[in-house]
Formats: sequence, structure tokens, C-alpha cells
Amino acid sequence: MITKEYRILAANGLHARPATSLIRLARQFKSAIHVTKNEKRIPLQSMIGLLSLAIKHGDILLVHIDGEDKLFAATQLDKFFNEDLQNL
Amino acid sequence: MNLKITGLGVSPGVAIGKARVLRKTKTALRGKVLSTDAEIEQELANYEQAVTGSLREINAIRNENTNLSAEASDILETQVELLNDPQLRGDVTERIGTGRMTAHDAVLEAIAALVQVFRQMDDEYMRARSADIEDIGNRLMRQLSPGTAESMAHIELDTVLFAEDIAPSDALTFTADTISAIVTRMGGKTSHTAILARSKGIPAIVGCVMEPGQVADDDLVIADGSEGLVIIRPDEATIAMYNRKKARENDQFKLKSLKDIPAVTRDGKLVKLLANISGPDELEIVTANGGEGIGLLRTEMLFLGHDSFPTEEMQFEFYKKTALKLASRTLIIRTLDIGGDKQLPYLPLPAEENPFLGYRAIRICLDREDLFITQLKAILRASVYGNLKIMFPMISSLQELRQAKAMVEKAKHELAASNLTYNAGIEIGMMIEIPAAAVMADLFAREVDFFSIGTNDLCQYTVAADRMNQQVEKVYDPYNPGVLRLLRNTIEQANLHEIHVGMCGEMASDPMATLLLLGMGLREFSMSASAIPGIKHILINNSMAKAREITENVMKMDNSATIIRYLKEEGQ
Repeated sequence: MITKEYRILAANGLHARPATSLIRLARQFKSAIHVTKNEKRIPLQSMIGLLSLAIKHGDILLVHIDGEDKLFAATQLDKFFNEDLQNL
Repeated sequence: MNLKITGLGVSPGVAIGKARVLRKTKTALRGKVLSTDAEIEQELANYEQAVTGSLREINAIRNENTNLSAEASDILETQVELLNDPQLRGDVTERIGTGRMTAHDAVLEAIAALVQVFRQMDDEYMRARSADIEDIGNRLMRQLSPGTAESMAHIELDTVLFAEDIAPSDALTFTADTISAIVTRMGGKTSHTAILARSKGIPAIVGCVMEPGQVADDDLVIADGSEGLVIIRPDEATIAMYNRKKARENDQFKLKSLKDIPAVTRDGKLVKLLANISGPDELEIVTANGGEGIGLLRTEMLFLGHDSFPTEEMQFEFYKKTALKLASRTLIIRTLDIGGDKQLPYLPLPAEENPFLGYRAIRICLDREDLFITQLKAILRASVYGNLKIMFPMISSLQELRQAKAMVEKAKHELAASNLTYNAGIEIGMMIEIPAAAVMADLFAREVDFFSIGTNDLCQYTVAADRMNQQVEKVYDPYNPGVLRLLRNTIEQANLHEIHVGMCGEMASDPMATLLLLGMGLREFSMSASAIPGIKHILINNSMAKAREITENVMKMDNSATIIRYLKEEGQ
């Protein structure tokens, strides 16, 4: 399993639009992906679950990736959090 | 008379209209307990059908409204995700399977529980998402038992809508023509309804606490979205005062409400309205004004903001960020236009007698291959992220153009050698801002993909008058028939050779010139974002036939005073 830590730099946090993009991205991988914020852990499949974490600017997230394509998934999620999120 | 209620204005503007009070039909649990497995199977199937039906509904909205705003399509995408949400599905199917509830009751209860969770969050934005979940619930309920929600059909003109809350899906269908304002008790600045109201130019006031019976259907009301004020049954003096305020404010807002309307003339000619910008930060204003893309990205600000030449990487990030925000919309990047009145602290150039006729723009870039190739490589690398085009400034001869194009090829080879990707078919164009180029438009048109006319420089070079020099202010005149002939030649040659032609100079935003340029055959206008609504207003209220007639008449006139007088009369 790969665990990654991200600080959310987007001014508006993880709003409905970026959350939609993230859920759709995660769906493309075979790996099971979970997100933890403040010890609350949710599977990265549910928009409602993701929104209920109320992720704001400056929050720190842990992303856990487990499965055969975990390396590829990790690089794509890296790109999402480090690059794409700033533009969404 | 004059009953005043205050709330929070979330979308500015003044509206005077007739009240229409929407009452929510509360759907209650029916309490039926399923007794057989067959019934459970049936209810599970009913739920799946309701989800499919709702998704079909959303698709239909998308298909029927081909020019949905970005805000509206985002909201629909979120709804699709919520309908497919495994947590909601789990909550509902468990209530049916284990709780033996009907699909109707299960959805009602599951949605109510989720809405409760979101309402209790301490973040305002997340609280506002409860309305999105309620909206999904209403969609599903309409599928499960048709007729449960009050229809928004048959709304009369100039209606001020009063409601507990308005679902984003309903707000999606509103237009400023019918709904003149929205007043609700619930909601906040970040509710999707508030966002949609702003994007459509409909004044909206939320958080209005009203007693039952304070407003009834057909009451005359004033809604002031700028002040967050509602006046019910106003007296004559108040109406007169607000009519004046409305006239003042609505000129601006009405124009902004044109944002999502395509720029099409009365006889159906489509015109592209683009914006001139200096960086990605300005894109929000462009979208807010209905800009369809970028006709000119100046790159000088990128170079001016540093102590030394920005590296390829820094430039790449800058172009890429702009490209990503624009997605597939046009982005024309002008290569460095430095010199003249714009100096770089780290590129000292000797003082010149005539800087505007001196060492500037492409003339420097062709000498300084290092900095030009760096910029071209950065643009090429960013070209895979959007619809980028390269434009050279200050081209005066074919030789210069061919040299610049050779540099682009060289930059491509260097990228290919380093295994970096780029759009090999990227379009290359040039500014027409030197009279020699305008006269040779027929020759240039064979070697570029597009022209963009820079009227500021073209005018000052054609009439030989410095536009900064007040003593020759009168000489600097874009309506000089000589300038107009150069414009017409450039546009005609571009159309003849079937290449794109746009204009990014100040004349593109001059309302007096719009029909004249349209009549000449110009189909792309690029200007500062705030000027777009005004120009669009002119385009959609006129026809090609009129534009051609104006051009024909103007081209027969022999002096600019007559031309300006005529254009002013036609513009009345």
C-alpha cells in the first residue's frame, strides 16, 4: 500500500467541482483508494463521503492506495493534488 | 404600503414585478412495510429506475441547452455524481432491503438524514451543499411519484419569485426575461442558486424572514439585490425612485446578462468575441463578461515581473496555467513585444531617437535567438494543454516572417530531440500593425494561418502621428479613410485566402466601428473583457445587411469627420 500526504493549497479547498473531478479520476484505477482527514477515513468513491470531510484550504489529507496499479494511480493523484487542483 | 423586508443580497440589480409565492408541497413518509421478497425486489428496481430516469432528465437539460454556462454544467456534473453516489445508494437500498421500506420512503428518509449532516457543518460552503442533496432527492421523488413537486411552468413575465428555497435544477431553467428576481428564506452566497442567479444577471435576495401572509401572488414588489432589500406593495414615490435606480443599474446588468447568449447578428452571422489579457488571473473576468477565448495574450508582463529572463520552465507554467483554465477555447499568444516604450530592466537597450520606429518586438527576437527559442519552446510545450496559437508582432516583411517561422521549427526539433511533446500542427499567425504588412496582406495570407490587426500601431504608423503626443492628437485618427482602406484590404485578403482574421486593437472595442468592421468581413473581435457585452449588444441587434450597407457608404466618403458623423447617426 502507498500512503501519500497532501496539503490542500487551492484557495477554495475541495469544492464540488474539484471533488467531482477527483472521484472520476479515482474511478479509473483498479486500486482501492481511501482518504483520511483528522482520522476520519472514507473510500474515494463517494462524492457525499468526500464532501462530508469538508476539506478546506490548508487541510492535510492522507491518501491510501492499494492494488495492482497503485504506482500509476499514485503518480496521477500526485498530478491532481499538485497541479490540476490549482486550476479547477 | 411600503412593507420593507431585509435579507442578504447575493446577486445585484433592481427588479420591479409581480410576486409569485411558491409553496413547497411536503412529501411525507407513507409508512408502508414491505412483506414479501418480491415486493423488495420491485422497490429496488423502482429505485434504480428513478436513478436512471433522473440521469436521463439531466442529459435532456444538457441536450436542450447547448450553450449552458460553465456554472450550470458544473452543477449538472455534480448532480450526476451525487445520483451515482455509492453511499446514497447504500443508504437507500439498505432501508428497502433490511428496513422493508418502499423506495419512496427510503429515498425520503436517506436524503433527509444526509441533508441534516450537511446542514450541521460549520463551513458555510458545505452547508450550502445540503440544497444540492435535497435537489437530488426531489429529482428522485418526482420519478418515484410524479406530481409531488410544484411545477415551475407557466411563470409570467416580470415575476419576482418568493420561495422557501429554490432548487438548483429549477434555477438552471430561469431566464432574466421571465424571472426578474428571486427572494428566498434559505440559502447563502455560495448556494448554487445564488451562483446561477449571478451568472444569469437575475437579482437575488436570500435569508428573508417573512411572516405568513405578508406577500401574496400578484402583489407589486421591488427587489433590490444590491441592497438586500424587498419592498412589498410600494407607493408611487418609491416606485418612481426605484424605476430610476433600475434604469441606471440595469443598463450594466442587462449587458452582463448577455454573457451566455452567442454573438449572432439578426440574420444569423456568428461573430467571435475574444479578450485581450496579460495573464491567467484575468480569465475569471473574461468568462464573467462572456469572452469566448483569448485573442491576445500579451507576454510582456511575464517578462517585466522578473529580475532576469524567465526560464523556459517558468514560462511553460504560465502558458500551461492559462491553457488549462481555457480548456479548448482559443488562446492566441503573442511573442515578446518589448522595446519602444516598454523596456526590460535586464535587457538594456540604447536610447533611440524614434523608439516606435526602432529596435523592438520581433526585430529584437530575431537577433536574440536564445530568448526567442526559449519562449517558443515554452509555448510549444504548453500547446498540448489547450488550443494555443502563436502570433508574431511587428512583422514588416516576408523575410522576417519566414525567419520567425524557421525559429518555431527549430524549437520543435529541439523539443522532439528531448522527447518533449507539443502540438505539431500549432497555428501560426501575425499581427498586422505595420502599413507595409497591411498592403502586402495578399502575400502574407499565403504563409500564415491567421492575421490579427493591431489598430493602435497601424493607425499611428499610417498617419505618422505618435499617439502619445498631444500636439498631433487630431492627426491620430483610425477613421482616416487611408487607415480604413488598409483595414479593408487586410480583411478581404484574409477572407479570400480563407485564413482567420481578427482585430485586437482598440478599434475592436469601439462601438462606433463595430458594424463598419463587420461589413468589411471581420468575424473576430478581441478586446478588454469589460467591453465585450457592449459590443455583443450591438451585434445581436443588427444585421449583416445593415453592416454591409454602412461599410459601402463609409468607403465612399472622403474624410473622417463625415465618416464619424455618419457612424454616430447610424448608431442612434
